[in-house]
Amino acid sequence: MTDTYAHLVNQGLGRNVAKRLGLPQPAVLRRYRPGQPLITGPIVVQGNTPGADNLAAELLSWDLDVRRHAVPKEKLGAIIVVLDDVARPEDLGKPVLAAAASLRDLGPGGRIITVSRPASDAATPAQAAARQGVDGLLRSLAKELRAGATGNGLLLAPNVETTSPGALAAVRFFLSGRSAFVDGQFLTVSTAAGEPPRNVEKPLEGRIAVVTGAARGIGAAIARTLHRDGATMVLVDIPAAGDHLAEVANEVKGTALQLDITRDDAGQRILEHAVQRHGRLDIMVHNAGITRDKLLANMDESRWNSVIQVNIAAQLRINEALLASEHFRSSPRIVSVASTSGIAGNRGQTNYAASKGGVVGMVRATAPLIAAHGGSINAVAPGFIETEMTARIPFALREVGRRLNSLQQGGQPADVAETIAFLASDAAGGINGEVLRVCGQNLVGA
Amino acid sequence: MSIDGQTTTGPDEAGASAAASAPGLRRAVIVGGNRIPFARAGGAYAKSSNQDMLTAALDGLIARFGLQDERIGEVAAGAVLKHSRDFNLTREAVLGSALSPETPAYDLQQACATGLETVVGLSNKIKLGQIDSGIAGGVDSASDAPVVVSEGLREAILDLHRAKSLPQRLQILSRLRPKDLAPLAPGTSEPRTGLSMGEHQALTTSQWKVSREAQDELALNSHRNLAAAYDAGFFDDLLTPYRGLTRDGNLRADTSLEKLSGLKPVFGKNLGADATMTAGNSTPLTDGASTVLLASDEWADARDLPKLAAVVDAEAAAVDFVHGKDGLLMAPVFAVPRLLARQGLTLEDIDFFEIHEAFASTVLSILAAWEDEDFGRTRLGLDGAFGKIDRSRLNVNGSSLAAGHPFAATGGRIVASLAKTVHATARAEGRPVRGLVSVCAAGGLGVAAILESL
Repeated sequence: MTDTYAHLVNQGLGRNVAKRLGLPQPAVLRRYRPGQPLITGPIVVQGNTPGADNLAAELLSWDLDVRRHAVPKEKLGAIIVVLDDVARPEDLGKPVLAAAASLRDLGPGGRIITVSRPASDAATPAQAAARQGVDGLLRSLAKELRAGATGNGLLLAPNVETTSPGALAAVRFFLSGRSAFVDGQFLTVSTAAGEPPRNVEKPLEGRIAVVTGAARGIGAAIARTLHRDGATMVLVDIPAAGDHLAEVANEVKGTALQLDITRDDAGQRILEHAVQRHGRLDIMVHNAGITRDKLLANMDESRWNSVIQVNIAAQLRINEALLASEHFRSSPRIVSVASTSGIAGNRGQTNYAASKGGVVGMVRATAPLIAAHGGSINAVAPGFIETEMTARIPFALREVGRRLNSLQQGGQPADVAETIAFLASDAAGGINGEVLRVCGQNLVGA
Repeated sequence: MSIDGQTTTGPDEAGASAAASAPGLRRAVIVGGNRIPFARAGGAYAKSSNQDMLTAALDGLIARFGLQDERIGEVAAGAVLKHSRDFNLTREAVLGSALSPETPAYDLQQACATGLETVVGLSNKIKLGQIDSGIAGGVDSASDAPVVVSEGLREAILDLHRAKSLPQRLQILSRLRPKDLAPLAPGTSEPRTGLSMGEHQALTTSQWKVSREAQDELALNSHRNLAAAYDAGFFDDLLTPYRGLTRDGNLRADTSLEKLSGLKPVFGKNLGADATMTAGNSTPLTDGASTVLLASDEWADARDLPKLAAVVDAEAAAVDFVHGKDGLLMAPVFAVPRLLARQGLTLEDIDFFEIHEAFASTVLSILAAWEDEDFGRTRLGLDGAFGKIDRSRLNVNGSSLAAGHPFAATGGRIVASLAKTVHATARAEGRPVRGLVSVCAAGGLGVAAILESL
């Protein structure tokens, strides 16, 4: 699971050789550690709208070094380009070129964030053009960034301000090391819902969270991350994985629930356990998933059905039970793990991609249902993540898989976990029905 | 009332449910349990020590109920086959677990009744108010059994240690003969008779005329019931996998009467036609560990933990097998009537029976004795037979013949499974449900206990 190449080109001789030969030089990403500052170096907020002014003022109140104008040659932590009221494509030039002037000063692990509005509800074709232009701009810019810097965009629905809780939560996430492997992505904040965090170090304090597939890999990382952020954990995995599950449960001081999620009563069993021990359930993370890869021509019924059952049918049944329960009513959050395979497709994974595409569909359709209870449902779509599963991919294929993204490396299970913790937080309440990719801007797919 | 000359206390003398409801005593409840799958000796756990397995069983229990860093009132466990280095086995397992290191622990040993006796002892402490919570358990490894040096070598080593001069040492060494250097394999023979447990049981089997067919049928039911329990997910919250094993290694879900009846007798071969005990209707040597979480109502309620059943009462008995008065494993025949009498209960008041299957014929001999009018009158001091058990209420989720029998771990396995069974039945039927556990043990010992649903 270690990326030996990345290790090699980040020190001494290896660094020089890679540089001279023009080989990829994946950076060591800036990842979140508790107690670490949100970002090091000044943040420049470009744009002269009220939205830009308000956002700059809010960031200032977080004790950040906020500038409205860059000083040449000064290393920057982040550049936020606020484009929330562009009316014509011509309006993009001034703020974007102002940001361009300080791009070379962006430090390692720096951040670019655009703040704009969705083209879908633009008033005029010109406004739609300007708004959609931000999409192409940001995705291209993200590919130009180096040294672990990333670029991501916020899309604010009409009634959402740059200082709405969801917008601020997303800005905080994108600035921090929590979003290390999220690159070239847009995230829509659709409502002004959400509560600002009372304790930014423990944003999930007092919340009761369930994670499926928690015995190993990404699931175990999710359990650790949610626990670190203050949540009380219930860990679910199949009975046969109980020994690993117990280890993780004891590490995060939670409880282990050995349960096959494809059982008809799985949702009920999860609820019973959470309610008996904790009185309620607040956060449901659907992480459990399996692969049974075969070209479709060689696919058999058992491979197809087991993947559909575990990866999507079980989630639908569990969600139905949760949404019907009075014990899932306290700002409930559901976060599901999709996959870039479900978005872009992957040879040999028709069953898996069908199930993960299904997750995306489920999340979008469930959003209004859970919003009625003041909650949200979202998905993360991991790209190439360094896990036991990807470690089994043949060497050459694995090397290609790793490098084919803007950050030229695979992500860590913790990167997926951080994104899930963010979407599960109270502050992210205004984000609903979204799919956020954790893929380092994989060259394949949207 | 007198049973076999051993005075007993009947309900008319001490009042019913003395142990459960006597003034000043509170209730001891079973919260749940955890065990690792049992493995045949030399199998999946061949390289695991008693301490490894007991720690794994504890950690699974801790994970199931979220007991990390908890200071439990006391942990009691034991092993029958035990290395001398494991003088503090349970405490060492606690220190290696996720419990608070400030959790006290003690070892207990009562042959195969060890596991059940830890439940009884800790329940009593809870009832007395000495502790609020306890974890009872047991572990045994037939694979990692202690190997002992010969008595000659042992004496020589000790003498060498005491010797002061070289000539003295040489003199001691010259005493040694090649046979002294051969290690002694661990044995389960009775020290006073030299007979193995199987040979003892073969005599009892013959005495009670237990047929081969009846034994094979009981063994078949054990495998079928255990397999069905696994398939129904019964063990999902009673067991945590260990070292790649997710089910008991001894379980043969596909066994049949044909297969069982084809096996050759292994015990009592000198009995001719009465040789009926095979590897199929006897328990194999097994490795494994089990734990049971016990608590007062207050302690369980404060942590929102489930309460499956109360430990009502228990009784130990022993028989004079040395002089052949009773069979080695027949003590439960006396323990159960005394226990039920003290509680003012009869066999009809018990919904589920868990009679440990040391051998299929052990269970059948016990049942035969209880059904025997003469035995009831002359040995149990009753008016007639003690009674007949409805077989559909016996070992309903399988027992030791299928699961295997890591000696000290069997009690915890039975208690946790029975507590879950009486609780689920009580919920489904809306009435209190009682279960009886009986475990026979080496040395002519037997322990029985009553659980009642909550």
